[in-house]
This record gives sequence, structure tokens and C-alpha cells, in this order.
Amino acid sequence: MRFAVAKTTLASLGRRAISPIQEMGRIAIFFSHGFFHIFSLPLQISKIIEQVYFIGTKSIFVICLTGAFTGMVLGLQGYYTLVQFGSEGLLGAAVALSLIREMGPVLTAIMVVGRAGSAMAAEIGIMRISEQIDALETMDIDPVRFLFSPRMAAAFISFPLLTAIFDVVGIFGGYLTGSILLGINPGIYFAKVQSSVLLKDVSGGFIKSLVFSVVVTTICCFQGYFTHTRAEGFGAKGVSHATTSAVVASCVLTLIVDYILTSFLL
Amino acid sequence: MNQPLIELENVFKKFGQKQILNGVNLSIYRGAVTTIIGKSGVGKSVLLKHIIGLLKPDSGRILFQGQPLSEMKKSARQVFKSKISYLFQGSALFDSLSVVENIAMPLKEKQSLPEAEIKKRIRNIMQQLDLSDIDDKYPSQLSGGMQKRVALARALVTDPEIVLFDEPTTGLDPIRKNAVHSMIADYQKKFGFTGVVVSHAIPDIFYFSQRVAMLEEGRIIIEGTPKEIQQTTVPEVQQFIRGLESRRDDLTGMHTQLQGEKRFLEEMARLQRHQVVFSIILLSINNMEEINEIIGHAEAQTVLKNFSVQILNHLRITDICFRYGLDKILAVLPNTDIDQARMVCDKLAKELKAEDIIGIRPYPEFCFSVDAGFAEAQQDSKIEHIVAMAESAQNELFEFKVC
Repeated sequence: MRFAVAKTTLASLGRRAISPIQEMGRIAIFFSHGFFHIFSLPLQISKIIEQVYFIGTKSIFVICLTGAFTGMVLGLQGYYTLVQFGSEGLLGAAVALSLIREMGPVLTAIMVVGRAGSAMAAEIGIMRISEQIDALETMDIDPVRFLFSPRMAAAFISFPLLTAIFDVVGIFGGYLTGSILLGINPGIYFAKVQSSVLLKDVSGGFIKSLVFSVVVTTICCFQGYFTHTRAEGFGAKGVSHATTSAVVASCVLTLIVDYILTSFLL
Repeated sequence: MNQPLIELENVFKKFGQKQILNGVNLSIYRGAVTTIIGKSGVGKSVLLKHIIGLLKPDSGRILFQGQPLSEMKKSARQVFKSKISYLFQGSALFDSLSVVENIAMPLKEKQSLPEAEIKKRIRNIMQQLDLSDIDDKYPSQLSGGMQKRVALARALVTDPEIVLFDEPTTGLDPIRKNAVHSMIADYQKKFGFTGVVVSHAIPDIFYFSQRVAMLEEGRIIIEGTPKEIQQTTVPEVQQFIRGLESRRDDLTGMHTQLQGEKRFLEEMARLQRHQVVFSIILLSINNMEEINEIIGHAEAQTVLKNFSVQILNHLRITDICFRYGLDKILAVLPNTDIDQARMVCDKLAKELKAEDIIGIRPYPEFCFSVDAGFAEAQQDSKIEHIVAMAESAQNELFEFKVC
């Protein structure tokens, strides 16, 4: 009796340890399969352009909006902190560096998760439960290549561009509060932006946005693609769970990966 | 029979605790339509999914031309996949793509055909399946039956060698249902594809299948020609077939074959006991394929329906008419000798009018041609013998030309 209890406890402990590792393995295989097929011939140019429009172009408005307000709030907070040390002239540098190094890539990724990542998970999830993915397989069309590869390629293209837009709009947002509302000399603000930002900062932000694009699309497409294997719900419920976990997991992972990358890039 | 094209050897499959396939052995022959019947939830679709490779067996093998699918190289697998096509029970259309994009998908993604050729093929198949004016509609804007036909078009547009049909006619009205059946039979004859059909449509499946197998409790309990299956004494099979067979054929409104054969036996008993003679008339539409091609399968079924109604109207109430095949009608005429049967035929030929059968729409010019044969029943002769006698005596009875 005691032996049986010990056995089941050990088994469940083992399962809990193994299952996240298995999941990670599956994600890695899914990613490498999809990544390989971005370059397999014939290239899926029209599908990639379609996805760039969906992930990139359609996100511009929301990125501008969040970028502007992030920059404005940074300007506001930064000003009142810096003014205590009499160094409000450094506001341009503070806003630009925090945007380009951190806020830009991270917030862009999180906004795109909310706008496009959830849609990817839901769309692919519905295709899975209505046998559309099986239909692709019966036609000998590789579903991963067909559904995931164009999305990942489009994210590669869109994420850095969206991040750049976020950064620029954010810097102007900081100018709006710092200079127009609180009276810092605009010349000093922009001179500080120019002098403090190095190519290293820009390339660091660029690398981050590329990595986030991989994390976000892989997690979101993976969750949708394997909707049917989820234990906690089938059908519409399964898709809703998949979408939720896609959003949560990719946001959390974005922040974790951001920390790791920052510690390497600094 | 020749070497099987696809063989299932001892296939087992379990979902969770439930054993779905419990040692299935099945052979599918080249150029034949094999129909799998069985109760709902018995694993017929699962079986079909194993053939196309969507599911892998827990144990057992699936062989294509003697080679196990699991041991095939990637290139060989691709060749196999390019030859096979699957019609899903729930259609599985891409709901964010239009009808035309759906049908074009297998051509665009897997074959390097010029745009004009793709368009031509899509036009052809859509016309054949009576799918006009819905090019830019989305699957959710179509009725269930129409979705099914779009899915069928998508499955057939690549001219596959093997087609797996998972309940192709569930949810269709009688005319469309019969149109799909006649299309399966017709295309099978024309292109010679190998078909595997999962269906509940009894007795229709017996008309177009060359082989029928029944799945029960995870095994194939019987496999044979339609005749063998219909005449079997295995109680499960009998019960299943009789349980599903309706009293009337839903397209023609005539008796079903089973009902008709029962009445034939009753007449035979009267002949033996009281020497009451009776005859049969066999009417076969001898250019159904041509009609299908000219006016499409659905319209052709309407013609068949009209023809049946006319026949019923012109015969006596005591005569029994039933479908004896996809385009064959058999009439049993009690108290009728062979001369009277000949007179009935003559009367039919005189009185049946083209416009009643084909309708008055301006169809392209085509003929509707029927062969008629008659025979008087002899004591102790079986229905097949009398039908064979009638067939050998068949001559062209009427031919209508419509302009």
C-alpha cells in the first residue's frame, strides 16, 4: 500500500518534470521546422506580404499611439526626477535611451502579441479543430510551412520596423511633455538625444526585436497549432484556452528573454 | 481478383482507453469502389484516416502496392500523397478562402500549372457539380449540401487515382445525393480511380460499389461483392442493412430493390401454387453517361426522377416498380404474359413524351434513350435469370431528341 502511494507520487513528480521539457522540445522542433521552410522553394512571397500587412501595417496606429504616450509619460516622470538634481537637460538622453534599449522592443512585442499574436493563435486553432489543417495534410501541403513560416518571416520584417516607429514617436512624445509642456529647450533635448544614442544601443534594440519576433510568433502559432492536444478543453473552449496561453506565455517569455538579452548586450 | 492496391494488415488503434480498431484486415483493389458500412461511431472515419496517413496505427501495417506506408521514403510518400485525395465528413473547407480559392488550393500549391489551365479545371468541375454563381462566396455563406459539393470539387479537381469519401452524401437532398452517387460511379468508370467510400446510404451503395465491407466492433466482419453482402445470413449484417433500408427509394418514389425482390418472390409463389403467370420489364437508360456530361449530374437525376414518375403513372397500380441499379428500373407485372408485356412496352413507347421527362427548358441537343426488355417468369427461376433473359431480349424502345 505504502509502496503504491510512493510509486504514484514519484510517477506524477516525474511527469511534471518531464512534461515542460517535452513541451520545450516540441516548441524547438516546431520553430526549426518553420524557420527552415521560410527559405524552402518556392518562396511564399505573396503570403509573407499578406502577413506583413496584417502584423506590420495594421499595427502602425496602435504602435504610434502607445509609443506617443510611453514617450510622454517618460518625459513627465524623467523631468520631475531630473529636475531634483538640476539636470533636466539630460531628459532627451533619458527618454531616447530607455526607449531604444528597452521600452521600444518590449512594448512593441507586447502590443503585437495583443493585436496579431492572439489572432494567429485563434485562427490556427480554429483551422485545427475544423479539420482544415488535416485537409492541408491530405493535399500534401505542409501545414507548418503553409501557416507558420510566412507568419514568422513577416514578423522578422515587421518587428524591427514597428520598434523603430515606436522609438521615434516615443522620442517626439518626450519632446511634447518635456519641451512644450515643461519648457526644456528643444535644441538641448534633441542634441542630447543625438549625442547619447550610440549605434550599439540601436543595434541592441534591433537584435531584441528580432528575437522577440521569433518568440512571439513561435509561441502563438504553436499554441494554435496544437489546440487539439490540450487537456483542459476541446473545440471552442480549447481555442479560447490556446489563445489565452499564447498571449500570456509570449508576454512573459518576452520579458524573461529581454532580461537575458540585456544582460548579454550591456 | 488482382493484387490489392491498398492493404490493411491487422491494424489496431486505441484512443485513451477505447479500442477503436481491433485488428482490421481489408484489401482495396485498383479501379474498384469499396464501400465501408457500419454503425455510427464504430470507427469508419478512423479507418479512412489511417489509409491517408492522418492517423498512425498503434500496431499493424498499411501497404500501398505491397509497400508499407510507414517504411516509405519521403519521395515515395509524396508520390502516394499526390495520387490520393480525401473528402472530409465535415467538408473541412478553408473558411477564410472563397469557393474558387478553396478548389484551386491543391492545384496552386502542389502542381505547377498555368493560371489558365487552373481556371479551366475549376470551371469544369464546378459545372459538373452544379456549383454556379458562388465563386466568390465563402463556405459559411453556403448551405451544408453545397459545402459538401465544394469539398467534393476540391477532392476531385486534381484527378486523383485514389479517392477516399467520408460520408459524401450525408445531409444532401435526394436529387443531389443520387447525383453524387452517380458521379462517383460515372467518374470511376471514366477515370478509373479507386474509391473507398464510407456511407450509410443503403441501398444506393450497392448500385455503385464493386466491393462492400462492414466494420463492427473494430473488425471487418464481412467483405464481398454487393450481391454477397445483400444475400448473407450473418445476422449483424442483415439487421444493419434492413434497419437502414427505407420502404421507398427517395429519388424515384419507387419501391426499394429489397422490397421489389420480396414482391417478386410472392408473385413466384403465386405462379407455383396457382399457375398465375407474371412478367417483368427491364428499362435501362442506355446513355446516362452522355446525359450526365451534357446537362450535369444533378439535372440528369431530375430526368431520371421524371422518367420514374412517368413510368409509375403509366403502369397499373398492382404493378411493382423498383430501381435495379443506378439507371435501371425493373417492373414486375402480375397476371401478365409475355405478349401483354410487349403491349405494355409499346404503350409506354407511344405515350411517354420527351417534354414530360426532360422538362421544357432549352437544353442543348441530346437524346434520352431507353432500352427495354421483357420476359415471362418461369417456374423456379430466380430473379437474376429472368432479368438476364430480359436483358438479352433488350432492344431500343424509345429515343427522344430534345432541342
